Amino acid sequence: MADVKTEAPPANTPPKRPRGGAPEFGPQRKLTSGGILALVIKVVLLGIIDALAIFGLYVLIGKGDWVAAALLLAVVGLVNYIYLKPGVLPAKYLTPGLFFLAIFQVFVIFYTGYISFTNYGDAHNSTKEDAIAQIVRTSQERVPDSPAYAVEVYKQADQFGMLVAEPGGGTAFGTNEQPLEDASSAPDGWDKLNLNQVLRFQDEVLALNVPVSDDINDGTLRTPDGTTAFVFTSTLEYDEAADAFTNTETGVVYADDGEGNFRAEDGQALTPGWRVVIGWDNYAYAFTNEQIRDPLIRVTIWTFAFAFLSTILCFALGLFLAIVFNHPTLRGKKIYRILVILPYAFPTYLTGLVWAGMLNQEFGFINEVLLGGANIPWLSDPWLARLSVLLVNMWLGYAYMFLVCTGALQSLPDDVIEAAKMDGAGAWRIFRSIKLPLLFVAVAPLLIATFAFNFNNFAVIFMLTGGNPRFPDTTLPIGATDIMITMVYKIAFGSGGGRDYGLASALSILIFIVVAIIAAISFRSTKSLEDLH
Amino acid sequence: MKVNKKSALAISALIAGSALVLSGCASGGGDNGDNGGDNEDTTPITVWVDIERKPALEPISKQFTEETGIEVKLVTKDFATVDQDFISQVPTGKGPDVIVSPHDKLGAYYAAGVVAPLELGDVADGFSEASLAAVTYDGKVYGVPYSVENVALVRNVDLVADPAETYDEVIANGKAAGTTYPFLVGLSPEQGDPYHLYPFQTSFGSAVFAQNADGSYDSSQLVLGDEAGQEFATWLGTQGAAGTGVFNANIDGDKAREFFLAGESPYYLTGPWNIPAIAEAGINYAIDPLPSAGGEEAKPFVGVNAFFLSSKSTNALAATNYIVNYLSTEEAQLSLFEVGGRPPALISAYEAASADDPDVAAFGAIGQTGAPMPAIPEMGSVWSDWGNAELQIIKGEGGEPAEIWTKAAANVQASIDG
Repeated sequence: MADVKTEAPPANTPPKRPRGGAPEFGPQRKLTSGGILALVIKVVLLGIIDALAIFGLYVLIGKGDWVAAALLLAVVGLVNYIYLKPGVLPAKYLTPGLFFLAIFQVFVIFYTGYISFTNYGDAHNSTKEDAIAQIVRTSQERVPDSPAYAVEVYKQADQFGMLVAEPGGGTAFGTNEQPLEDASSAPDGWDKLNLNQVLRFQDEVLALNVPVSDDINDGTLRTPDGTTAFVFTSTLEYDEAADAFTNTETGVVYADDGEGNFRAEDGQALTPGWRVVIGWDNYAYAFTNEQIRDPLIRVTIWTFAFAFLSTILCFALGLFLAIVFNHPTLRGKKIYRILVILPYAFPTYLTGLVWAGMLNQEFGFINEVLLGGANIPWLSDPWLARLSVLLVNMWLGYAYMFLVCTGALQSLPDDVIEAAKMDGAGAWRIFRSIKLPLLFVAVAPLLIATFAFNFNNFAVIFMLTGGNPRFPDTTLPIGATDIMITMVYKIAFGSGGGRDYGLASALSILIFIVVAIIAAISFRSTKSLEDLH
Repeated sequence: MKVNKKSALAISALIAGSALVLSGCASGGGDNGDNGGDNEDTTPITVWVDIERKPALEPISKQFTEETGIEVKLVTKDFATVDQDFISQVPTGKGPDVIVSPHDKLGAYYAAGVVAPLELGDVADGFSEASLAAVTYDGKVYGVPYSVENVALVRNVDLVADPAETYDEVIANGKAAGTTYPFLVGLSPEQGDPYHLYPFQTSFGSAVFAQNADGSYDSSQLVLGDEAGQEFATWLGTQGAAGTGVFNANIDGDKAREFFLAGESPYYLTGPWNIPAIAEAGINYAIDPLPSAGGEEAKPFVGVNAFFLSSKSTNALAATNYIVNYLSTEEAQLSLFEVGGRPPALISAYEAASADDPDVAAFGAIGQTGAPMPAIPEMGSVWSDWGNAELQIIKGEGGEPAEIWTKAAANVQASIDG
């Protein structure tokens, strides 16, 4: 690469050289580091990226999103730099990978972390401007038993007005500034809007607020659909300078409480609220709310037990079958192997529901057919439900372990085993001292990954038991088979008051930390296995 | 970076390329710009609807487009999660203008600020009182209702010929019919089913929240655990595994339907959604009000389906026109009835539908005296503990029914208080 710069001038050599001449071919190839085609492809690809980036910048700056625009500029600048500058070869290969890592992993974790410090949720899911607009909108009330007026909308320059048919039979005209006045038609210079024009100016038409009389308390005429108007009065008034709403009837002031709500002194808040950063409140809630804290301990223990036992059981059964089907004298291996892999082909969501039906206490296949009409509460007794979850998860997961173990067993070196046989080791001894340790080298990282997967195995728990049977001593809908991720789901999304993304993110971050620690410790300790080699 | 020929070439190509792409964008965008034509540049109305109801909305939408020139885009959404999508997408500006939704989600919509109030004007007079009350929140109407649904007692006429007067009579008839089950209702083996059991509960005079004078629910007054509720709980205990065993927590919705279709029970407490299957199975059925078990009238929950307007609709005027003036017509309501089989909310449409269809008339008559399902956000905190208490009582576990009941009510109160 380093010589490209010095060799660059020949790139411009006029095409008088004979084509394909052997002596010239060598240096010509060299000077473009991969041929002219590669250069063209590179330039075109970069051109596309840059064009998209410029378009993106155009949109982002138009929206006033300066942070994202700066970030985009920096990233695209860096990409251009890396691919145009000769010499930074490792960066050229690493950039795409790092780029996707940043988008799909780092960004997600940081964004979740950010959300966990906000009050983002169903009741606080937009901006303050939206909240104010919505509060103003819902505080408009039609004057009881007031008539409906047929209206026509008129426009002069950028002013709008409406001509209404009064209930008495007369007509009147008014605008935002000028209260309704009797008039047989619209004043000169005003043009009637047809439906399409009304739609084009719908924001202005919807904002048209014609006072019924000089007294504002009589209400204003508004038209929600451009053809009919009603008299509305408003009970809440927004004061921009004070940043507060005042109830015109009771005089109660609702001020910004700094936590995303307009709140009166007696604690009553106006709906909806908006999204703000609230610091560590979500984390504090998870640790101080006794309805969460106490069950959280039991759920955590069960989560570890579930993930650990699931992994071990799946591995044990998978390995056992792999050894059996790997036996040289066994006939019909292929058919057995296909049968064993079958559960792997079913989606968890489906099997969860099917198993729930089969484990029904009275009508389920297991009790009724297999156990001859036994009445075993598989899913409603806490310990049996836990056992059922483990067994179903084993049924779902052993095929994967079988595949992995079959592959690993077949790759074990025959000479070592031969040598062990020569030394007089029995089958069990060979398995325990040679096959298993060698197997672990290949399988241990997968076991850790499986453990991490089962730690967050939402689908099997949710579809099979839904976390039930419930704990009797908490008001939260948490039960004996809930693992941490389903508990998070229920606390943040399932109970009253709508979904709470902030709390869900905080709990997810806690789980992420736990999983990350386990994974780090496990991978560190598996290194010792590699000493066997 | 030292500028050499190669990078100079690359950069100029890059600039040329991006200029090309940009100019392409600019000219592409220019076509949609303001060209002043009267018949152009109207934004279409986007409606989120489930797959079942979509065909019913098509003729109405076509008529609307013909008369106003505004397109209506019907977008099919999964009905199980549509309310959550609506709440999370409206604030981003990506939500629809109009959504079709059950009314009991209104409280959540209101709390999230994603629905706009509607002024129905004279149109309101055409709707049944219960359906309007269902779409009213805090004194304002938020939706145009189109159907009303509730459960009723479906009877297999070949097994029991005449309607019963009391619940005890129902069970006696059921036993006399000699079938496997005297009475069927679908319950979830894990979560119970307060919705289906609610008419039994109201027959003891027990409700969930207290009602204000105007029929709206008072979220500050949970009355679930009151004396009437405890009475219901005690009675429920006598019907469960520890008593007669009529209520069986292992019979879920699918099993209950299967057994009724197989003629294994003369009675089945269910809603209009199961009637097509029952008719198809060739069962000679009748629809009765559920007889009282506790002495008072058995009122089922009434659910109303309605059209709501998004608070961030950029096409609010046209959408309001569509909802208020087109979807409230008898024609629209009847065409919705034809696909869903649920009694229309518009009185004139209901009358027309029930004249042709005795099932609609029967369900509708029972629904008229029913209790609208509370549309307050606090309802979200109720179901889990409530259902679980019923489940425990039916299974005969966990002690005295009345105690289980009051404990569940206390739990609900605690989770409402947060």
